[in-house]
Amino acid sequence: MSADLLPEHPDFLWRNPEPKSSYDAVVVGGGGHGLATAYFLAKNHGMTNIAVLEKGWLAGGNMARNTTIIRSNYLWDESAAIYEHALKLWEILPEELEYDFLFSQRGVMNLAHTLGDVRESMRRVGANKLNGVDAEWLDPKQVKELCPILNISDNIRYPVMGATYQPRAGIAKHDHVAWAFARKCDEMGVDIIQNCEVTGFVKDGNRVVGVKTNRGTINTEKVGLAAAGHSSVLAEMAGFRLPIQSHPLQALVSELHEPVHPTVVMSNHVHVYVSQAHKGELVMGAGVDSYNGYGQRGSFHVIEHQMAAAVELFPIFARAHVLRTWGGIVDTTLDASPIVGNTPVENMFVNCGWGTGGFKATPAAGMTFAHNIATGSPHRLNQPFALERFETGALIDEHGAAAVAH
Amino acid sequence: MLLISCPNCGSRDETEFHYGGQAHVAYPENPNELTDREWAEYLFYRDNTKGAFAERWLHSTGCRQWFNMLRDTVTYEIQAVYPMGSPRPDAAGKVTADTGTASTAADSTTTGNASPDISGTSTSPTSISSTTAPEGATP
Repeated sequence: MSADLLPEHPDFLWRNPEPKSSYDAVVVGGGGHGLATAYFLAKNHGMTNIAVLEKGWLAGGNMARNTTIIRSNYLWDESAAIYEHALKLWEILPEELEYDFLFSQRGVMNLAHTLGDVRESMRRVGANKLNGVDAEWLDPKQVKELCPILNISDNIRYPVMGATYQPRAGIAKHDHVAWAFARKCDEMGVDIIQNCEVTGFVKDGNRVVGVKTNRGTINTEKVGLAAAGHSSVLAEMAGFRLPIQSHPLQALVSELHEPVHPTVVMSNHVHVYVSQAHKGELVMGAGVDSYNGYGQRGSFHVIEHQMAAAVELFPIFARAHVLRTWGGIVDTTLDASPIVGNTPVENMFVNCGWGTGGFKATPAAGMTFAHNIATGSPHRLNQPFALERFETGALIDEHGAAAVAH
Repeated sequence: MLLISCPNCGSRDETEFHYGGQAHVAYPENPNELTDREWAEYLFYRDNTKGAFAERWLHSTGCRQWFNMLRDTVTYEIQAVYPMGSPRPDAAGKVTADTGTASTAADSTTTGNASPDISGTSTSPTSISSTTAPEGATP
């Protein structure tokens, strides 16, 4: 087809402005969390003279690499509160952002394979109900009814002994979520500046007053860091440390298939999580590679392991093929909970440590972080997730508790 | 998958090893005197270097011995393998104590030296050239 026969380019969803010399606030990181933060800064706090700086292209990091699972069935009160707030926002955002990003509340099942799993799952269902999070316990027969392709027989090494189920959980099209936020940000006057890498910060004493970038220095009164796996690199430039470790996290998709998988199935014990994307790919992921890494790739045995787990649970997948695998860089903390709040540097704020499960939190991370940046103090939802908890010992340990395969 | 050269057993697949995180973090000399901040640094704060990183590995299904490795966290290239307790064998080895509370006394076999001075060191690390073989995943 020659070029003159091609249709017109569709409207661009956001401008590509040159950076101005000064902004009221700068958000570093143009992924889901950075864009959501800018959106709520503009919408809830009237801060429209702000910029989002992205070193690559918009939403090309973990926002493009996650497995799009959204749920709120965390054990502890602090976690349930912020993730459930996120889920409630997901339920209204398509309308608010005027963008159908295919949020599909098809439910999420967390399988139990051992007696320990069963006890912990039932405990979590109870905790969820007390926190107003929809949750139920399913026996193996009910599991099979909801997801007929699951193997619930006892001829596998770790038979399915039941599952927790959150009906309001589901998946969404991650790229479209980013584009929806970006378009609204742009409409409200936020500058989204791509290919703009932060190389340092300008400080007056202990107060940040500017951001150095490969496109010049930008003066600003407030800086919000939302750079996930690269948060430590930015913190080091600013002169403080973060208790996070960056690891590769891999995922994969199969070729397209007829719809066979009606929900989202996660297994912490054999370690795989699987859904079927709207187009038909089987999307799966598992745990991080053990070593620290910034390479956006990991080791193949991790992929092999998650596929073995998937084929054992879903025998029908044995004939599917891996189409693509990829990796993102996730910022893990030792209590598997995020860090959102103030930093040792005045007027600099950080949103990081979401580890392997940041996508689902996008709207609430943005809302609370925007509140923290605009007012200088945390929203009640992110207050427990302050950096100080590592000194006070008030950790929010979601490691074994929250069906933690994200 | 990384191809790791165990100092005792030779080159083996990464699946035989267990990762131990940052190397050269010494147990505090006077734990009773630490502030909460210093304890937090020791317990929860580790370097998260982008680039050459000194880290511990355990050959868990082989000789079951710990050793240190210098590895680039971006390219995953293994630059050196060296015994626990020896100073970090590159120029970056002059990085100061990470916890601010780490021992600067002589090495013990388990903790390594928190502030090694590489000049005049007698340790000769096993140099490895390009031993990583990442497979599968695309950037």
